[in-house]
Amino acid sequence: MKPGPFRYHAPRALEEAIGLLSEYGNAKLLAGGQSLMAMLNLRYVMPDDVIDINGLPDLAGISVTDDLIEIGSMTRQRVIEHDAALMRAAPIFRDALTHVGHLQTRNRGTIGGSLCHLDPAAELVALCMLYDATLTVSGKAGERRLPMAEFPAFYMTPSLMPDEILTRITLPRWTEKHGHGFVEFARRHGDFAIIAVGVLLALDRAGNVARCAIVIGGAGAAPLRLKSAEALLIGQRPDPDILAQASATAREIDAMDDNAYSADYRRHLAGVLTGRALRQAVECAA
Amino acid sequence: MTHTAETLHTVTLTVNGAERSAQCTARWSLADFLRHELGLTGTHLGCEHGVCGACTVLVDGKSVRGCLMMAVQANGAEVRTIEGLARDDGPLSALQKAFADHHAVQCGFCTPGILMTLVEVLGDTPDIDEREMREALSGNICRCTGYQNIVDAAMAAAKACR
Repeated sequence: MKPGPFRYHAPRALEEAIGLLSEYGNAKLLAGGQSLMAMLNLRYVMPDDVIDINGLPDLAGISVTDDLIEIGSMTRQRVIEHDAALMRAAPIFRDALTHVGHLQTRNRGTIGGSLCHLDPAAELVALCMLYDATLTVSGKAGERRLPMAEFPAFYMTPSLMPDEILTRITLPRWTEKHGHGFVEFARRHGDFAIIAVGVLLALDRAGNVARCAIVIGGAGAAPLRLKSAEALLIGQRPDPDILAQASATAREIDAMDDNAYSADYRRHLAGVLTGRALRQAVECAA
Repeated sequence: MTHTAETLHTVTLTVNGAERSAQCTARWSLADFLRHELGLTGTHLGCEHGVCGACTVLVDGKSVRGCLMMAVQANGAEVRTIEGLARDDGPLSALQKAFADHHAVQCGFCTPGILMTLVEVLGDTPDIDEREMREALSGNICRCTGYQNIVDAAMAAAKACR
């Protein structure tokens, strides 16, 4: 339960880190380490080089403006959890973060690390998909921005060039009055989610759904936006019938089938939890 | 890559108020460094993948998994371990005493990780309620006690510190 040997680098500047990534073909970036260190200890991964980016300046921080929430990639999950301005602007983050590991892992774990690790059950990844986040990455070729929908490439593999580092996550705020819901099911609190559902929902003056976003995490390699349900709800009163119809579409999604849980079970959970998350969001939307 | 090719890094850090320095390779965890290089064996290794909490120590005031940090990452940091809660020849700290009084320790393997977690938790939220306390302790596994005495001890310590 000890890592294999590797060279350790601690760059002090982003360009230096990018240079190291370009130079070493079998390298891993070390951010919070709460996933990577476990993988190293279990020898799930055996890099020749570990590039510790905890010393890079200016990659951590939270900025909340009228329109945007910007979070530096190295911002610790616990810092996000306790940021008053962010919690006012996007209270769903508090609900989701209580399910992310435990307080000790959140003290080190980062939002950027979670995004780049792309565990199918990761709550922060699901929230970035819910908000249609824009991700800023830097590499040899310079800086580029990509939409969250394009970020996951394959199972636990983001659309990053080998020399690219995620630097910033930008979330467009829901500036209108809206409700949120976040429901997750795991066998034990703090375990990886089997299914997690996040909802943002805004009502118009007549009490009909004006805007809705639903994300399902844990079903597939990447969090899934339930676009059909979102479209179904627009213009409708959020009555139990309509919410049930929306939840029913969640039972039709493609879901992973593995030794732990069957696709059917994941689909069943997706249906149930979508209903609960929608009800939560409707309750606080008014 | 062979073992003999590994670089030795010098790690200098403050542990329980004293400056300590030793060498290790990059792949040494902070927990192993504390135990084997610094002789502070109160920090325990249960799972080595971050789920059991037995290795929890404080780094710059935050409770972290000693098994999920490399020693080299703690260079220049202030670390507190279980050995720092009381002098070797001194009385137990209020927190330790609460655990003794409430029979919250059986084999003791999980205890250092729980106590170090509580140092941060009680420092942050001295007016913590039981529900929040159980949530805060959810990152530490105990195989012996069934947790109830641990919760009682922690709540008593919180009350004593207020």
